[in-house]
Amino acid sequence: MFIIGELINGMYSNIAAAIKEKDKAAIQKCALEQIKCGADALDINCGPASKQPVVDIQWLVEAVREVTDKTLCLDSSKPQVIESGLKAAGSGSIINSTTADPEKLGLLIPLAKKYNAGLIGLTISAKGIPQNRDQRLELAATIVSACADQDFSTENLYLDPIVMPVNVAQTQMRDILESIREFKIISEPSPKTVVGLSNVSQGTSARNLINRTFLTMAVAFGLDAAILDPLDKDLVDALITAELILNKNIYCDSYLEAYRRK
Amino acid sequence: MVLQAAIEKWSGKIAEVTIGAANAAGVIKVGGQETLPFLFSEGKIPNAPRVAFEVWDVHPEDWPPELAAAWGENLKDPFAWAEACVNKYQAQALCLRLQGAHPDYGNRSAADEAKLAAGLAQKFGLPMIVIGCGDNELDNAMLPAVSEALNGRQCLIGSAAQDNYKTLTAACLADGHSIIAESPIDINIAKQLNILISDMGLPLERIVIDPTTGALGYGLEYAYSIMERARLAALSGDKTVASPFICFVGHEVWKTKEAKVSPEQGVIWEAMTAAALLQAGADILVMRHPAAIEKVKQHIENLMGK
Repeated sequence: MFIIGELINGMYSNIAAAIKEKDKAAIQKCALEQIKCGADALDINCGPASKQPVVDIQWLVEAVREVTDKTLCLDSSKPQVIESGLKAAGSGSIINSTTADPEKLGLLIPLAKKYNAGLIGLTISAKGIPQNRDQRLELAATIVSACADQDFSTENLYLDPIVMPVNVAQTQMRDILESIREFKIISEPSPKTVVGLSNVSQGTSARNLINRTFLTMAVAFGLDAAILDPLDKDLVDALITAELILNKNIYCDSYLEAYRRK
Repeated sequence: MVLQAAIEKWSGKIAEVTIGAANAAGVIKVGGQETLPFLFSEGKIPNAPRVAFEVWDVHPEDWPPELAAAWGENLKDPFAWAEACVNKYQAQALCLRLQGAHPDYGNRSAADEAKLAAGLAQKFGLPMIVIGCGDNELDNAMLPAVSEALNGRQCLIGSAAQDNYKTLTAACLADGHSIIAESPIDINIAKQLNILISDMGLPLERIVIDPTTGALGYGLEYAYSIMERARLAALSGDKTVASPFICFVGHEVWKTKEAKVSPEQGVIWEAMTAAALLQAGADILVMRHPAAIEKVKQHIENLMGK
């Protein structure tokens, strides 16, 4: 599993404060903690309070780059903010994200190619959030065909089925999981799949338990990557164990430690 | 119709382990592969597998005559034996088995074993592998002294096991050697042992796995499948099993009744077992009969396309 740490996000008050006060050390500590706990990549998001996101994302990336060369996910709904982050982060980053809308795809796929970046494609459009499996698949196909048209390899595409909170859209959970499996057979080579995990437990009373139960189920459906809180040890332990049960790693008594060393 | 070759892309690689000090007569490197054995089209294979000649500290009286005859009187003196390996058979590495430390084979002292090991290393300067007599208590008392006497020569010393690894790991750490981690044909224990050893501070780049092998006809297939599984995991990115393999081929083969039928059959049995283990991913083969070694060296050259 490709673990993308979600904690460098201006919607968290400690990060918002660090951005405001230009406290590099706080950002770097957050980056290194996530990596130590198993993150393969770090999401970078200035958050809603940032007044100058184009500048702020660049500062965040530069702060993180001083302490790690891990993959960074530049997270914004604004293409100019993403490009500012890409410039600072260098080749091999991931764009988070595009929707299935033609204007977004027309802007962000060229950007991904220009900066040799991966691209997260949300199966959502201006028409709204998909309500079932077929709508998800249709939006996924739209994104995949736009990538094909622009000669962007689907190996570098991460399709996100849009995880809804279980207390809002309980009837959709099975469709979301099944979409993960179906996205893989849309094209050859297969696109990758990703979820923004925490959304599934939004507004519930048992957030951690719901997060890790959903994640282990998604792993069984073939999920490749997840944006999550790597500091939630129970969550990462459950993830590692799910992959162990699927024979993705060799068992040994210290298998949890062995995984984190990779 | 044109058939497309199915080429795998691997993300991991096997650790490269160096044996021998740069200022001595030779250094060998093993491991470093980025693909399965001899699949040159898929990835780099920087180092050829190596054969190490097994030499004992004492006269190996229980060796069958089919094997012992090839060495003659040399078996009675480790220096003469090693000299024959080096001068007559152009050995590139020696594996000194300190069997004499065992009460059944002479009860030699740690000081004597240390002196012998250092003397052989000094005289021939070849990369050395040193293994104990197989008794945990005796080896824990003896191997640290041997390790210290070989300080700086970057030897490969064995064997550590899951229930007995701390003493030897500490010695290898202190004296700059690499370690053999032995597991009983068990991939889970092999992985666990590598983690335990590296937790003590010895880097994974200084561990060689002895997966425990059987001779041809004695469970070789099982050993093969364990080695293959470890390799596939290692090449997929699991560093905890990405160690080179050492296989004690001669030790296994010359116990079998088939090897003792005739010298010719014994040689073939040893060479065939080695050839199969090469395909499983063996990096170091510890062998006994010079004629079998000659055949296997030739076979390795052919496989490496030289």
